[in-house]
Amino acid sequence: MVVLKLSGEDLTEKVGAGVPDSLASAFEKPTGQTSNDELWIKSSRVADVASFLKSDTGLDFNFLNSISAVDYINHFEVVYHLTSMNKEHTAIIKTRLDGREELSLPSVYHLWRGADFQEREIWDLMGISFTGHPNMKRIMLWEGFDGHPLRKDYL
Amino acid sequence: MPIQTEPMTVNIGPQHPSTHGVFRLRVTFDGEEILEVEPIFGYLHRGTEKLAEERNYTQIVTLTDRLDYVSSMINNQAYCLAVEELAGVEVPQRAKYLRTLTAELQRVASHLMGIGFFLQDLGTLGTPLMYAFRSREKILDLFEMLCGARITVSYMRPGGVFFDAPEDFWPALEQFLEDFETEYAEIEQLILENEIVMVRTRGVSILPLDMAINASVSGPVLRASGSDWDWRKKAPYDAYDRMEFDVPTATGGDNYDRFWVRIQEIHQSIRIVKQCIEQIEPGPTRANVPLIIRPKPGAEAYGRVEASKGELAFYLVSDGGISPYRMKVRSPSLINLTVTEHLLVGWKLADMIVTLGSLDINMGEVDR
Repeated sequence: MVVLKLSGEDLTEKVGAGVPDSLASAFEKPTGQTSNDELWIKSSRVADVASFLKSDTGLDFNFLNSISAVDYINHFEVVYHLTSMNKEHTAIIKTRLDGREELSLPSVYHLWRGADFQEREIWDLMGISFTGHPNMKRIMLWEGFDGHPLRKDYL
Repeated sequence: MPIQTEPMTVNIGPQHPSTHGVFRLRVTFDGEEILEVEPIFGYLHRGTEKLAEERNYTQIVTLTDRLDYVSSMINNQAYCLAVEELAGVEVPQRAKYLRTLTAELQRVASHLMGIGFFLQDLGTLGTPLMYAFRSREKILDLFEMLCGARITVSYMRPGGVFFDAPEDFWPALEQFLEDFETEYAEIEQLILENEIVMVRTRGVSILPLDMAINASVSGPVLRASGSDWDWRKKAPYDAYDRMEFDVPTATGGDNYDRFWVRIQEIHQSIRIVKQCIEQIEPGPTRANVPLIIRPKPGAEAYGRVEASKGELAFYLVSDGGISPYRMKVRSPSLINLTVTEHLLVGWKLADMIVTLGSLDINMGEVDR
């Protein structure tokens, strides 16, 4: 059986009902396109939505594939790829952080241990910190390194 | 009367033969028993993701070789799948078969390394490792016939493969398969029911299934804990939807099971290679893709394969330019290390080295 990709609409319906006031409208990309592959959520509600996605019996996302961050100069996008090994479906969850200084997101470490190194990596290379992570320090570079190299303004 | 010992903190690595690269563990011991572990890495950090933002889509293939340098073919494959999804390229049938075939040969080579070094870590002085290398060398020779390189192959390209296989590749491959059967039987006979291997690895460093899933562990390490999750089955890419193979699983989740799953996977890979030889048909090996690829602005792709170490994925974001706006590598070796602490605490120094061997990590991929 082939794994099913849940669309943004499916997810919007379920998450909207399960976690009130958590959805964000799909932001337009700098290039002016939107797509229906992902669910957009408010950055302050990441942990609540993640908790719902994991515990809801219909969604049952027990596996966190990866967390990625993308720098769009005036805002950052953080992307969560999730898989449910029991229900055999996948989802993409996105959130957006405005500005460039003192960015932070709620950590999902306590839901998925797999977030441990990935959140630390995003802090190290992109400069987004995760509140609630027990060991939020650099991972690839050394403590005292100046700047976050994967940002677009780091040359 | 218990002996009062003081905890002692020791650095294992970064230069240490058993750490498979430059990898450091800061370990606190009580005598020989491990109390605390902290993995420290980044010594091989080359900024692959940043470098990719400066190169065009075809050039990046060479960067992917250098991630997990013992399974470059599979890295190429994951990256090419992501670019093809991004640019909407359809790959010709023959190229799909060639990719599946070479990826499986590479999996055999990578698992042979994994098994060989695992036994080396157990204290066998070279013999099983050399047995494994003997077969691996022949696979590398085959790769050399295909593309002129042995390790950093760059054989796959967005849209297919670089060249069709030369005519003398096919008899050489048949010869390899014939030799490998006896060579591998020898390796299995030597190690599979070896009493010392059993005693040293059974029941050591157990990883329960719920913890493995929660910590995003993938690949043979996950399957040794009881899951049958394999992306080749769950979301088939290239020619895997036409292949018949089993997914070996074990339920113990200990060092022996991780090692055993790799041994069994080699059999399945050889099965796939044989099916590829039977089914492959003449045809073009590369779609008509320009050298400079310009995907649509705002396009995104998540190219995912079951690599020899686990789920390898490339997350690509395009802004319409000639190079990706962002390339993120989801590397299985890094994420499998999440469970290091759980696996090691409470065990002895000598088990630590073996457990690291059973995870089969590759530092090129951990640090990127």
